[in-house]
Amino acid sequence: MNIWEIIIISLIKILIVVVLLLLSVAYMVYFERKISAWVQNRVGPNRVGWLGLLQPFADVFKLLLKEDIVPDAANKPLHTLAPFIALFVSFATYAVIPIGPPIELFGYKINLVVADVNIGVLYVFALTSLGVYGITFAGWSSGSKYSLLGGIRSSAQMISYEVSMGFSIAGVLLMSQSLSPMKIVESQYGWMWNAIIQPIGFITFVVSAFAETNRLPFDLPEAEPELVGGYHTEYSSFKFAGFFLAEYANMIIACGMIVTLYLGGWQVPYIDKLGLSITLTTIIQIAAFLVKMGALLFFFIWVRWSIPRFRYDQLMNLGWKVMFPLALANLIWVAVLIMIFNL
Amino acid sequence: MSGQKREKDLNIFEKLYIPEIAKGMALTLRNMFRPNVTLQYPEERFEPSASYRGRPVLVQENNGIERCVACGLCSRVCPALAIEVQASETELEKERYPVKFEINMLRCIFCGFCEEVCPEEAIVMSKDYELVFKNRNDAIFGKEKLLVPVEKLKDRLEFLRKFK
Repeated sequence: MNIWEIIIISLIKILIVVVLLLLSVAYMVYFERKISAWVQNRVGPNRVGWLGLLQPFADVFKLLLKEDIVPDAANKPLHTLAPFIALFVSFATYAVIPIGPPIELFGYKINLVVADVNIGVLYVFALTSLGVYGITFAGWSSGSKYSLLGGIRSSAQMISYEVSMGFSIAGVLLMSQSLSPMKIVESQYGWMWNAIIQPIGFITFVVSAFAETNRLPFDLPEAEPELVGGYHTEYSSFKFAGFFLAEYANMIIACGMIVTLYLGGWQVPYIDKLGLSITLTTIIQIAAFLVKMGALLFFFIWVRWSIPRFRYDQLMNLGWKVMFPLALANLIWVAVLIMIFNL
Repeated sequence: MSGQKREKDLNIFEKLYIPEIAKGMALTLRNMFRPNVTLQYPEERFEPSASYRGRPVLVQENNGIERCVACGLCSRVCPALAIEVQASETELEKERYPVKFEINMLRCIFCGFCEEVCPEEAIVMSKDYELVFKNRNDAIFGKEKLLVPVEKLKDRLEFLRKFK
C-alpha cells in the first residue's frame, strides 16, 4: 500500500465512523426518551415520522434555529471554545475503538478501526481527561454561579473517578500485555473475557464510566434541581447542542471502551468451531460488537431512569473509599492470577 | 450526615446497596412491559364522567328557550365575579328571562357554585374542557355560546338530581 491508498482508506473510515457516531448519538437521544417513557408507562415521541423516528432531526433543526445567547458577563472566546473542546474530544476518541476483525476488501487488508495505534488505550484516557477542560471552561466562562458550581463539581468528580478507572484498566493491560485495543480484544479469545476473569475491575470500570460521562446517578455537574442546568446553563442554540452531542457521544464511547476492554470486543466465543465462511464470521463478529454495545447503552439509560442522584459527599466517598481500593484489589487479583496460571 | 443518631443502623448487606439497586432496576424493567396510560390527545379524547366540572353552560329547553329566569343568584354567589346577568320581562309562563347572560371564562374558576345555587337547574357544568380563545374579548361567553340543548346535558342533570 502506498501513502495515497492509506490516506484514502483512512478518510473513508473516518467518514463512516463520524456519520455512524452522529446517527447513533441522534438515536441515543430518541431511545433515551422512548425508554424513559416506557419506564413511566408513557408512549414517548411518536409524532414526527413513523413511531417518531424522525424526532432527533426535528430536535436538531429546532436547536439550529434558536437564537444564540451569550451572557454579558461571559468570557466570550472561552465561552465559544468550550463546546468545541467537548465535541472534539468525544469524537476523536472513537478513532481507536475496533469494531471488527481485520478484513480483506478489494485486495487490501483493512483493520476495522480508524487508527490502529499501539497506545490506543492511553490515547483514549489522555483525550477523555482533556474533556474535563471543556466542561470547566464552560462553567467558568459563563459568568454564572450555577455554571461555575457545575464546572467545579465536574472537574472534581472526573479527576476522582479517573483514578479508579485507570487502576481498573491496569488489570486489563496486565492480561493483554499491550496498550493496543486490537491486541486487547484478541487477548480475550473464547470465554477469556476480562469481565469474567476480573469481575471487580469490570464493576469499578463501569461505575467510573458512569461518573466520567456524567450520567445519573453521578450527574452532579448538571443536577437540575440544584444547579439549573449545571455547566451548560448559559448555553443556547448550537453551542448547547454541542454539549448535548458530546455527552451522548461520550456515553457511546464509554460503552465502546467497556466492550473492547472487558466484554471481548468483537469476539464471539466458539465461533471458529462452527466452520462458517470467513465473510459470515466477520459479519457476525461486527454484529456481536454492535449488539454488546447496544445492550450496554440500554443499561446506561435503564440505570438513569431507575436510580436517584448521589449526594456530593457520597459521590466522593464512593470514589475514593470504595472504588479506588476495589480497583487496587482487582489489580492484585489479576497479578496473582497471572503468577499462578502463567497466563 | 455526621454526629446524628440514626433511627436504624444498616448491616453490611444493606450498606452495599446493591440488592436495593437491583430491586429498583427490576421495578423499572417490569414497568417497561406494562401497558401505557397515555391518551393520544387530538385523536383520542378524554370522556369525563358526569361528576366532571367543565365549562358552565345554560340549559336550553326543547322549544329553544333557556330555563334561566334571570334571578341573578349565580352572579351573586360567583366568587370570581365572572357572571353578569341582565333580566327582562317576557310573556311566557316564567315571566322573566335574561336579556344578557355573560360568563367571563378568564375569570371562571370552575367551582360550580352557580350550578349549586340555581333554583331552576338552568346553569350546569358541562363536560367541555377545551377552552381556547385568542383575545380577552373572545373569552367573554355570551348567550349564543352558553346555550346548550337539554339532551346534551342529561348526564349532568341526572347526576345533580342524585347527589345535589
